[in-house]
Amino acid sequence: MRDLKERVFVALSLAATLAGILFLSILIIDVVMDGASRLSWDFLTSFPSRRPGKAGILSPLVGSAWIMILTALFSFPVGVGAGIYLEEYAGKNRFTWLIEVNIANLAGVPSIIYGLLGLGLFVRALALERSVLSGALTLTLLVLPIIIMSTREALRTVPFSIREASYALGATRWQTIIRQVLPAALPGILTGTILAMSRAVGETAPLITIGALTYIAFLPTWPITFTGSFPFVEFSLQGLFDPFTVLPIQIFNWVSRPQKGFYTNAAAAIIVLLIFTILLNSLAIYLRYRYQKRMRW
Amino acid sequence: MESAFKIEGLNAFYGEKQALKAIDMEIPRKMVTAIIGPSGCGKSTFIRCLNRMNDLIPGFRVSGRVFYQGKDIYSKDVDVIEIRRRIGMVFQKPNPFPKSIYENVAYGLRIQGMRDRKRMDEIVEESLKKAALWEEVKDRLHTSALNLSGGQQQRLCIARALAVKPEVILFDEPCSALDPVATAKIEDLIDELKRDYTVVIVTHNMQQAARVSEFTGFFMLGELVEFDRTEKIFTNPSSKVTEDYITGRFG
Repeated sequence: MRDLKERVFVALSLAATLAGILFLSILIIDVVMDGASRLSWDFLTSFPSRRPGKAGILSPLVGSAWIMILTALFSFPVGVGAGIYLEEYAGKNRFTWLIEVNIANLAGVPSIIYGLLGLGLFVRALALERSVLSGALTLTLLVLPIIIMSTREALRTVPFSIREASYALGATRWQTIIRQVLPAALPGILTGTILAMSRAVGETAPLITIGALTYIAFLPTWPITFTGSFPFVEFSLQGLFDPFTVLPIQIFNWVSRPQKGFYTNAAAAIIVLLIFTILLNSLAIYLRYRYQKRMRW
Repeated sequence: MESAFKIEGLNAFYGEKQALKAIDMEIPRKMVTAIIGPSGCGKSTFIRCLNRMNDLIPGFRVSGRVFYQGKDIYSKDVDVIEIRRRIGMVFQKPNPFPKSIYENVAYGLRIQGMRDRKRMDEIVEESLKKAALWEEVKDRLHTSALNLSGGQQQRLCIARALAVKPEVILFDEPCSALDPVATAKIEDLIDELKRDYTVVIVTHNMQQAARVSEFTGFFMLGELVEFDRTEKIFTNPSSKVTEDYITGRFG
């Protein structure tokens, strides 16, 4: 009898696991069958077009890259800084408690709310328009709680004995954090940041809310251009203020069109987006695995 | 006999709980002083008061005075960083940094801002030699310290403490995680170290206290029951409680 219970339980757990994998496989197979034929170099390097056969994802792909890199640049220092403050410096008082509760809650706020905040704050109040910068700043707000929480989590896993050893040698708090605690926590922090980025890259609602365009036939200005005359290279931040679109918005746009061709395009773009996310997640897993082996205590 | 520490009426509290009660004690310079007593008697708390490591624990506070070379280390104008540099510590469980052997020893120098590569190499070698580890690791200085055995790691921690040229080394049960062979090596080392350093060692192993120390303090329930020359404590203690403890009647 006990043996039977055991077996039923194992079978149920297995079924639960397989259900998840099954639906994911169905999704992937379905998308690949629809879209794989459309994937080509041309598809990646063409702008969207009215004719499905000629349309590509160059502008959303580049837009997604811009948004992701900027979001990482903004959110990493702020998120890690906040995490360090809360975990290492903040006293245990009411104010800290209030901040902590708020951050935990912010992580659960629906993303469209962040879009509305971005619209009000960045697009309108700061008059940044519907630019790459507005988009990146909005997504920065969205992922900050995730980065702060994973930073704190990572700092907490650094054993107290390491801090003790550092202090006992006459290190200051700052030296102990910068030279021992942070390096030891870095893999965890990076993993959290990368996962936050893979969330950011799939976000649609907040970017639609701030008014990212759905059809764009040009790219944001490159930050670096090479010229024929001295000094041969020009830097420009103009790209930050250019309009943009991202992959999820392009996909959303295509699936809402009646023509069958656009449906195929959407499937192909989904494949690209999935590859993007899978690459990011694998990087996170790889980092975690690699450092776990190195850091045994 | 010159004293390194002079402790007067030291009380220590974790929140409401009192861990040390009115300790008066003089720890002699360039000798080994052992602190013994049953678990929870406050011996670890006591040794951590000597370099203010307890400051790191939230809710911890002390009253009374701890003079080190005539200066109260708990007075306001004392630089706690400087205190910890001059009074090094080796912990119960070996705690090397997850870095190379070389970087472990060099850490204390780097945080003081030393950049002279040659001088640093010299100090690292000298410290590893003093900690009797040099011969075993000289060919792999730049490999991870975490690959060393427990005993080697503990000697590395001693080398790391020596590198910043402290005057005192506090050992908080340094052998409790080691096997007998590694323990013997650490004990030999402590015997060497007392020529140049003041050593205070907390141990739950009474034979160890008898083997390595000149003076012994016996703690119980947060009080210093008896403090005297080690031979006296182990052969003819003045207190009945001490006698019961060292003869193994309790603890």
